[in-house]
Amino acid sequence: MHTFFQQTLNGLSLGSIYALLALGYTMVYGIIKLINFAHGDVYMLGAFWGYYVINTYHVNFLVALVSAMVVTALAGMLIEYLAYRPLRNSPRITALITAIGVSYFLENGMSFLFGANTRNFPQAITQHNYDVFGITVSNIQILILVTSLVLMVLLQLIIQKTKMGTAMRAVAVDPEAAALVGINPDHVISFTFGLGSALAGAGGVLIGLYYNSIDPLMGMTPGIKAFVAAVVGGIGSIPGAAIGGFLIGLLETATQAVGLSAYKDAAVYVVLIVILVLLPTGLLGKNVKEKV
Amino acid sequence: MTKAKVKVAAAWFALMLAGFILINVLVVVGVVDTFIENMLVTIGINIILATGLNIIIGFSGQFSLGHAGFMAIGAYATAIITSSLPTVLGFYVSMLVGIVISVIVAIIIGIPTLRLRGDYLAIATMGAAEIIRVVINNLKITNGAAGMYNIPPLAGWPTVYVMVCLTTIMLCNFAHSRSGRAVQAIREDEIAAEAVGIAPTKWKLAAFVLGASTAAIAGSLHAVYIQTITPTDFGIMNSVSLLIIVVLGGVGSMTGTFIAAIVLGVLDTVLQSFGTLRMVIYALALILIMVFKPSGLLGRYEWSFARFFTKKEASHE
Repeated sequence: MHTFFQQTLNGLSLGSIYALLALGYTMVYGIIKLINFAHGDVYMLGAFWGYYVINTYHVNFLVALVSAMVVTALAGMLIEYLAYRPLRNSPRITALITAIGVSYFLENGMSFLFGANTRNFPQAITQHNYDVFGITVSNIQILILVTSLVLMVLLQLIIQKTKMGTAMRAVAVDPEAAALVGINPDHVISFTFGLGSALAGAGGVLIGLYYNSIDPLMGMTPGIKAFVAAVVGGIGSIPGAAIGGFLIGLLETATQAVGLSAYKDAAVYVVLIVILVLLPTGLLGKNVKEKV
Repeated sequence: MTKAKVKVAAAWFALMLAGFILINVLVVVGVVDTFIENMLVTIGINIILATGLNIIIGFSGQFSLGHAGFMAIGAYATAIITSSLPTVLGFYVSMLVGIVISVIVAIIIGIPTLRLRGDYLAIATMGAAEIIRVVINNLKITNGAAGMYNIPPLAGWPTVYVMVCLTTIMLCNFAHSRSGRAVQAIREDEIAAEAVGIAPTKWKLAAFVLGASTAAIAGSLHAVYIQTITPTDFGIMNSVSLLIIVVLGGVGSMTGTFIAAIVLGVLDTVLQSFGTLRMVIYALALILIMVFKPSGLLGRYEWSFARFFTKKEASHE
């Protein structure tokens, strides 16, 4: 029982990072139906920005987190403006290939400029382990969980309560009708990319602190897993992405805990295929009836 | 067979023969050294893989991102069988075994997942290919993550060349047959196709299985030519680079796939001296082509001797 709670806690910490990434995927997919393959690399950019400001300017963790969110939000909007906006009306497969191109570009550009080696992320916060009912809890795990929960609540407030959030939901339902009532879809899409990328940047800084090492290719696998999380939760659904992220994190930790760590990636994909076959739109996705 | 059809078939055959003789002469003269031969074989293997993927994506309109998984099955079948039967016969037996396993796996994956649409199918096939890779990574018979090495060199560039010709003939004939038209009808409008009596799942599965079997052939050739294979050779990024060839050439154009495979193969070799910058240039080229020419290099254009001859006759009259 003791191990069970310990592993659940580890799974939730990892899952909250996946959830942060999955939110970006699900928002972008919900609004322009694009699998933004470069999203995992925006998360890498966030981690590198955190590494840079903490090492160079010795700022505290909070400043690093917020500045990384601002920088990645700008990066996300720039990527959208340069690479995806010209393709707004072309086939979806073209936009997907472009996203893969952007992902290659960010990964290799960073390797080329700063070297492909793995770096130690600076310890902006010294790790303390607490013993709660026999379970080891580190302050970093608490920080990750609290930060991601706060960000998710903030996101939900932005989407449900602000004017921009209403516009985002309108564009996701019907871009043309939204344009007719005076919403500029380009602004809304740009804002969505900024919001999603900011969450990914925060995830990057948090994972740097948790795993203590970063490299230019770190975004690839978490990016794909976060996308799986978004699909499992029902792509386009914000609470679905959060639930999916936590589920994938827990599943991965559980496979490791029962001694099948070699198969932890396969387990994630098996769950993906099973869920897609049984519930083609994911756990919380809307089931749209096909019309002739 | 009418006279015009014989003429067209002869023209294609002459083209293939001319290509073969050209490479042969270049090898004898010494223009094609080991380095360039390596490039040519890689291009050939990529052509087999990408034309098969084009049948799935371009002709049946099903977005598969798991092609490298089927390639892995072919490669490992060959590596395991030729390790105990290192003859040319063993190689062809292993190729056949690879095709059979690949077809069975494609059916198992295809029946549930081909009901999904678009991006969901892409992500499900990607997951399936990753499962294949993780299983290979952990089995004893495949030697785990270390991979298989010292695979006997049972195929040189002539075998690859002949295989490229054979698979291309097979795939193009499929595309132009009654079955090919059924598959293309599903791509255009699944409901309309169903209304005229085409069973969508059956034909989607047929295209998927056909693509998977040619991928297994390419995997076998890869194994005996490179002689070392590891599970990391067949990851998501390999499926993606095949997808890039198909989309760059033009989804639904076999001619385009050929040209894209050759252009990317040459580009890759030329950029080799740039080191890390190579992938940056490659990525930029990809983004720029997609932004300025979204339908790929050739769109759905297809080179055809039949049309070429009729045009010439028309201009004579």
